[in-house]
Amino acid sequence: MKKMLLGAALGAVMMAGPAFGASHGEPVKIGFVTTLTTPAAVIGNDMKNAFDLALEHIGGEMGGRKVEVIYEDDGFKPEVGKQASDKLVKQDEVDFVTGFIWSHVLLASSKSVLDSGTFLISANAGPSQLAGKGCHENFFSVSWQNDQTPMALGEALNANGVNSVYIMAPNYAAGKDMVAGVERTFKGEVKGKDLTKWGADAQLDFSAELAKAKASGAEAIWVFYPGKAGGAFIQQYTQAGLQDSLPLYSVFTVDALSLPRLKDAGLTGVLGSRATQHWSPDLDNEANKKFVTDFLAKYGSYPSFYAQQSYDAMMLIKSAVDAVGGDLSDKDAVRAALAKADFASTRGGFKFGNNHFPVQNFYLREAVEDSEGRWTTKVVSTVYEDHQDPHAADCGM
Amino acid sequence: MDTALLITQLLNGLQLGVLLFLLAAGLTLIFGIMDFINLAHGSFYMVGAYICGTLVALLDSFVLGVILAIPLTLAVGYVAELVVARTLYARDHLDHVLATFGLILIFDTAVHLFWGAEGMAIPLPDWLNGQIAVSETILLPTYRIAIISVGLAVAVGLYVLVTRTRIGMLIRAGASNRTMVQALGVDIKRLFSLVFAAGAAIAGLAGMMVSPITEASIGMGNDIIIVAFVVIIIGGIGSVKGAFVGALIVGMIDTMGRSYLDQFMKLFMSDQNAETAAPAVSAMLIYILMAAILAVRPQGLFPPRVR
Repeated sequence: MKKMLLGAALGAVMMAGPAFGASHGEPVKIGFVTTLTTPAAVIGNDMKNAFDLALEHIGGEMGGRKVEVIYEDDGFKPEVGKQASDKLVKQDEVDFVTGFIWSHVLLASSKSVLDSGTFLISANAGPSQLAGKGCHENFFSVSWQNDQTPMALGEALNANGVNSVYIMAPNYAAGKDMVAGVERTFKGEVKGKDLTKWGADAQLDFSAELAKAKASGAEAIWVFYPGKAGGAFIQQYTQAGLQDSLPLYSVFTVDALSLPRLKDAGLTGVLGSRATQHWSPDLDNEANKKFVTDFLAKYGSYPSFYAQQSYDAMMLIKSAVDAVGGDLSDKDAVRAALAKADFASTRGGFKFGNNHFPVQNFYLREAVEDSEGRWTTKVVSTVYEDHQDPHAADCGM
Repeated sequence: MDTALLITQLLNGLQLGVLLFLLAAGLTLIFGIMDFINLAHGSFYMVGAYICGTLVALLDSFVLGVILAIPLTLAVGYVAELVVARTLYARDHLDHVLATFGLILIFDTAVHLFWGAEGMAIPLPDWLNGQIAVSETILLPTYRIAIISVGLAVAVGLYVLVTRTRIGMLIRAGASNRTMVQALGVDIKRLFSLVFAAGAAIAGLAGMMVSPITEASIGMGNDIIIVAFVVIIIGGIGSVKGAFVGALIVGMIDTMGRSYLDQFMKLFMSDQNAETAAPAVSAMLIYILMAAILAVRPQGLFPPRVR
């Protein structure tokens, strides 16, 4: 028993070690809320991997202080995400909260974080609510506003001479934003639309919807299915033999998470399908090359855009903490430093709009096989340059 | 209305129906004969899919993977019965629910530890990956036809087993009056183990059949087990025939709701409201049906005869 107590005491001392060792006192605390359970954990793990890599790249330090990251699981549920955020700001008293894959989870959690005066940085979700009237001085996004990527896709469809399209998306906040985004810019006819059940028990069998899409006579199909639903959709799309009659355009569906698994399943039908995105692994800039090369080396797969955004989130936070010399007590100074976006982004630089969403380029990318036989995406063309989301005008900042 | 589309959707409904039947058949027998509520039945669906996926990757043959995965899932079911279920038959339903819920958590975590969170795509051989022209205008994925065929074959096999064999007679007798069967000297423990393990294997088969479409993932069985319970409540608990008819009804209603409800709702509300409301309402339809059937025929459509 004595031995055990001694062991426990030693352990406690060892755990407390780094905190004592840090000459500049308390570490900078960053809370990271993402999905680490349920099948959507695939996304959460990729974000966590990228955030860990970013921490490595900055040597675990910013503004002369150690960095401590606390990961929390939202279980793909808004209420769990809110609890996790409450815990981070009240119990752990973190300086920044970031992560957030899902718009509905972010919307449920944002009040807890922002009311406590903590900075909230979305590394993925970009709901219209937080970009427009509900914008907040302490909220920043390193990803995009939900409407933007599908808006770029609508433009790409116009440019490719597609006259009619069939739309499929999940029935939740982001799904509706995405559909609205495509409809905002696409000039042709929407032949039909399906919003399918989403959440922990999301619909994964799309036989009925694919049959409708085929019968609708549309020239192309546009979908938004993030996470495992994307893999399921593409499997069924290829099994139904639609790749010739109904070319696939997508947003947030064909990505570095789904492509390796589609390759395992031998679904070559997905190669050549097109999607819009603010970033691609082949974007030519120093920060991106370092990120993609090291990610590939460390984890053996291409980073997804979720990973890229998480990596950028860490770099954005570092740029602000560095700028204020590690002194986070002056919130106005930190906010001003964040708003400058003064760091080498893996997407090649961007600036924040008045609503703290990035004003950035959007590219059309195609699914291709790389020189080593891995499936990835390649930029085909630039659809938008320095594009700002349509909700920024409603933001009072 | 487009007839070709309607027929395609009916076949899609049939495919969903037979998949549900594979899951519900074991559930209804376990519930009916042993009076045992097995929430973890969906876990066998998941375990079957993962075992099959691993074997397919190892052997590079989908058919061989399925054939070998069935006895392995049967073994998992047998062990689960031996270790957990057997000790609980005499307890009340609340204990069943608690224990099998725990079993779900154990299975989910075990799969997470063993296979990771990513889920597993199961590749199909080329001859299953194509499409079959049912008529000039109707083109269905070959694999969906394969699911329908396997499901119907299992249904016929179960029908013959339950109505034409000695074991089937005991199963039916067990569903009607357990105590009497026991009093007649039948080894009821062995019968229970057999039914439980076979039910698990059939649920596993359903998981194997579905995962080339949706990928195998953690908790995949937990979503569908609720629907399987709806099926057996509609069909009548303990009746394989009821499970079959119930599964087809639920499969059809779900598919038809997803196919046509939005068009129907656009007749009397704005397009935008119909688009948002239709998926929500179509997800509810089967529960509305269950409530209606419970109100009119609480014992279900085809309850086993009990004295």
